[in-house]
Amino acid sequence: MAWNLLAGLLIGFAYLSFIILVAGLAFRLYLYAKTPAPLKIVSTPGPKTTGGVLTRLAGDALIFPNLFQADKALWAGAWVFHVCLALVFFRHARYFLYPVPEWISDWASPGILMGFVLPIPALYLFWRRLALPRNLFISGLPDYISLMLIILIAATGMLVSYYARVYLVDVKAFTLGLLSLKPVAPPAHPIFLAHFFLVCLLMIYFPFSKLVHAGGIFFSPTRNQRDNVLQKRYVNPWDKEVGID
Amino acid sequence: MTSAKVEFPELAPKNGILPVPEMNEGISAALTCHPCKVKDMRAIALPTERVPDWQNKAVEKLRELLTKYRSLQVYLDICAQCGACADKCQFYLGTSDPNNMPVARANLLRKVYRYYFKPFERFTGGEAEAFNDQVLQEWYTYFYQCSECRRCAVFCPYGIDTAEITMAAREIMAAIGVATKYVTEVVAKVYERGNNLGIPGPAWIDNCQFLEEELKAETGRDIRMPVDEEGADVLLVMPSADNFANTDTMMAYGKLFYHLGISWTTSTYANEGGNFGLFLNYRNMKKVNKRILDAARQLKVKRVIWGECGHAWRAAIHTDTLSGPMDFLDPPHPVHICQFTADLIKRGAFKIDKSANDDVLVTYHDPCNAARAGSLLEEPREMIRATCNKFIEMPRDTIREKTFCCGAGGGLLTDEIMPIRMAGGRPRAEACRSTGATYLATPCAICKAQLPEVMKHWKVDTRVGGVHDLLSKAMIL
Repeated sequence: MAWNLLAGLLIGFAYLSFIILVAGLAFRLYLYAKTPAPLKIVSTPGPKTTGGVLTRLAGDALIFPNLFQADKALWAGAWVFHVCLALVFFRHARYFLYPVPEWISDWASPGILMGFVLPIPALYLFWRRLALPRNLFISGLPDYISLMLIILIAATGMLVSYYARVYLVDVKAFTLGLLSLKPVAPPAHPIFLAHFFLVCLLMIYFPFSKLVHAGGIFFSPTRNQRDNVLQKRYVNPWDKEVGID
Repeated sequence: MTSAKVEFPELAPKNGILPVPEMNEGISAALTCHPCKVKDMRAIALPTERVPDWQNKAVEKLRELLTKYRSLQVYLDICAQCGACADKCQFYLGTSDPNNMPVARANLLRKVYRYYFKPFERFTGGEAEAFNDQVLQEWYTYFYQCSECRRCAVFCPYGIDTAEITMAAREIMAAIGVATKYVTEVVAKVYERGNNLGIPGPAWIDNCQFLEEELKAETGRDIRMPVDEEGADVLLVMPSADNFANTDTMMAYGKLFYHLGISWTTSTYANEGGNFGLFLNYRNMKKVNKRILDAARQLKVKRVIWGECGHAWRAAIHTDTLSGPMDFLDPPHPVHICQFTADLIKRGAFKIDKSANDDVLVTYHDPCNAARAGSLLEEPREMIRATCNKFIEMPRDTIREKTFCCGAGGGLLTDEIMPIRMAGGRPRAEACRSTGATYLATPCAICKAQLPEVMKHWKVDTRVGGVHDLLSKAMIL
């Protein structure tokens, strides 16, 4: 009885967190898209063409060139961290798809490997916040919360995959149930439940926190504008009436 | 309050690069600019004193700016507090005050934003603070220890430009009647006299005549310094300091146009390229900018060329947006004098004797505004290579888009914060020292006013001057 109640609550919570993540992030990005950019403030040297802008943004999202210039150790930590996150995230597709497409199965091994690697950069990023005085100065609770959530999620994930294994068929029944809107009870496995619960928390936290850099980076005016202000007149959306004081 | 004696750490540089100092929290907190004067605030249509209910007014202004500036909204949200920018600001390197780390500076505004606009973030432990007297004091101090030079943006993985945050904070403060004497006084002078220095029209004309005599004595030619001449081809808007302090640069313009046979003029209505509105609020930036186009229409010129001034160029590239369209002028527009001259050099318009500059080893300082906010990287270098045999670049991480600000940009060129200026100028001074250069060329009047003091203070034996000065010496009339 108590288990059924708990399972029901968790399922409700899962749907709620997902809605918050999607709606929250969509709202945030919509806000960025609709907020006008009054002046062109391209970071030098800036791209002249749309293709150049797309290349620059792709570079920013995939290899963090500015960070590389700024701090090699931080770049290494942050880049490995993000690659691990991406591959681990990708690997989870196999829990949500049935049947699992072959190309996703093929990527399972790097995914699992990255799951083991992930805590290293995550702990490094956590460590430098505490150990380097300038980073300690700028770090606040939100910075620790985000990292801690991810570290705990990774740790519980590895535990249920390797050490206190959860029965995969149960997991899949649960995830496919969620997806098909015909939810069934999750596996009664405490570490799996913790893993799942933490992911829900992260989803809720995501759109309200600095983690929106995940989509927000594409809206950064210094990076997504063309350096063509001398070639083409740019109109400030909220100040079209020029020639007056 | 302002004459505080402060000892900033003085670490030994290595190969022209300063080591990053340990933090000394609050060490530069007492170094604040003099507050604005009633008459200036009245002249530039801002509240003459701190308005009643200023907290709410400030929050309302922030709300308004959030709907107007994508940069502000996005940058307040997405900063991951990674610290990549922390050791990139010349004011942190010079002062060691952690509030001069770009991320921490932005956090001064971010904490107010979180308090009023991100209740969930506050609930989950976000650092948030109501806008109170102490926060306002921090803003007034540290947003006027930022020269809006954008160096941090070059190193931020998301391109977060702290200048945008500083500009927003200054705009908010201006709206509640809080601003510095220096910046507001300069803007008021532009409305009254047409230029930042407040040189009256007759004095401007006198100075021009004096420079004509100087040129006559130097070259034996009747080289003119025209003022308010209707129908001239070119309206030149230089920093007014060129008329008064950097006269070598101004005479160089004169020789240039004389040699080319192009008629030109300055305007006593707009004898200023610089735009201190940029350092205060949008409205005044627009108003100052408009004067230049008004003068161009009034004098019926074909072109406007901006002189050797960094933030003038930063504002000038937005002229089409702020006061345009400029289609009543010949394209391309706007034009920077270095672009104009470099292009003519390439086309062989000058006979140049490079050996005339052999007495100096030249290095080039990229003004932060010209380089990072105006993409002016190549043309001044092309000019120097074409006019000098001996040219040496400063260390790679201190030039071009990674250049250090001279330490007095963004409305900081005021004597009461001299310790901040000297500390902020030190990274540039050490980079310059490492080259052994005897002449530091730079196309910016703020840099030309600040850097000689910096070089003297840090005992670097380098003269500071314009880029056109070099051409002036080397060109054969």
